[in-house]
Amino acid sequence: MDNATGFSNAALPITLTINGAEQRLAVEPRTTLLDLLRETLHLTGTKKGCDHGQCGACTVLVDGQRRVSCLALACAHDGASITTIEGLGTDDELHPVQQAFLDYDAYQCGYCTPGQICSAVGLLQEGHARTRNEIRELMSGNLCRCGAYANISDAILSVLSQQETV
Amino acid sequence: MNNFGYLRAGDVAEAVRAGQAPAVRFLAGGTNLLDLIKYEVEQPAALIDINRLPLRTIEAHEGGLRLGALATNAETAYHPEIAQRYPLLSSTILAGASAQLRNAATNGGNLLQRTRCLYFYDPASPCNKRAPGSGCGALGGVNRGLAILGASSQCIATYPGDMAVALAALEARVQVSGPAGARTIALADFHRLPGDEPSRDNTLTPGELITAINLPDEDFSQHYTYLKIRDRLSYAFALVSVAVVLRLAADGIIAEARIALGGVAPKPWRVPAAEALLVGQRPSAEAFGAAASRLLAGAVGQGENDFKIELAHRAIVRACWQAAAGTPQSQTDKHIR
Repeated sequence: MDNATGFSNAALPITLTINGAEQRLAVEPRTTLLDLLRETLHLTGTKKGCDHGQCGACTVLVDGQRRVSCLALACAHDGASITTIEGLGTDDELHPVQQAFLDYDAYQCGYCTPGQICSAVGLLQEGHARTRNEIRELMSGNLCRCGAYANISDAILSVLSQQETV
Repeated sequence: MNNFGYLRAGDVAEAVRAGQAPAVRFLAGGTNLLDLIKYEVEQPAALIDINRLPLRTIEAHEGGLRLGALATNAETAYHPEIAQRYPLLSSTILAGASAQLRNAATNGGNLLQRTRCLYFYDPASPCNKRAPGSGCGALGGVNRGLAILGASSQCIATYPGDMAVALAALEARVQVSGPAGARTIALADFHRLPGDEPSRDNTLTPGELITAINLPDEDFSQHYTYLKIRDRLSYAFALVSVAVVLRLAADGIIAEARIALGGVAPKPWRVPAAEALLVGQRPSAEAFGAAASRLLAGAVGQGENDFKIELAHRAIVRACWQAAAGTPQSQTDKHIR
């Protein structure tokens, strides 16, 4: 249906590759990537925290880069490849960052954890953090209201040092 | 979120044509626009998605660099040539937002972000910027973060961004395409003061689209700093920020100085007369203090933000010392020595 200005606000056909599987979907223009993941695809590992880009709980990887999915329109990402917490590892073989979060007790309630882990995976791929201070600065977009920050930076630092010794 | 129409523009001409329709907005990174739509501050009839336009390259231009409007903040900040030739810009971009937002936010969109004034964000409150003629809730209200310079009796909002403050010091130029063709706008003329028309943040006309930002062929890679003072050490808007670039002669005398302030005015704030006071001077507390006083001439507090006047004075002096010493503030190491 065309709205008053002649632009269509009908659902749009898009194709997304989500955790490796191609999906053909129809989305309203207003549908955020976050709502598509949670409400349509039932990938509820990605959390809705503030829904305003301030907390980082909804962080996913878009074409390998970390983004907040609450401020991304699904229709604008037609053709993109999305990785969520569900796509990082398997029950038998966790992603090294997932394992590190377990080893370092890097969470309390766990609500921010999927976003923290996706953000940390993005951070490690970016390659701009070498020290604890740099990790802290470049993880500042992920809030943890339980205050597990010290263990979160320990966990990420441990993966970083493993990468550097390989 | 209310629904809206959607058009994916195939080229700049199509975007400009569609952008002239009433109540449409260009969609780039969307990091501010989608937030404003969720709050119903923006109620667009349609979004013109410009993300597929070929405006993402960073390339040599007239001896300087041309930053595509759709290059992300992260691509720009970490670009090797920008880090080397324009480290003020890299440092400033990395002082803003979060890694996730910098991966999405674009250079053009960054210039167009709206104020974070609480009254602007709250449709239940009066706000002349959001709803012309409705009044200003911030006058006599919660105004701790708001302007001490350049405000009007109708609006005391600040321009919230960091990147434009560095671009003001670097004297960047904004390239736009519009219904009447292409033109270039000096950064100093891009944002505007509220006067009696606070709803207009900038000097763009309907349908005009930012295509690039040009950095001039100048070298301020030795004596620069971006000092950002905020309520928490990362991921917060500036209460006061200062971008300084200096050119020092071999004998240590200041040959050129540029100082731009963020977080204190409706636009990045420069006062050429204040910068001129430093030319021919040796770096000193007296010289920097005099320049700071001249920059802040006419500053007016609104109550909660009175402290910003003294804070800005001290931040300007400190930033000038950092630039003169060639020890810019690291956005990672927050200790200021």
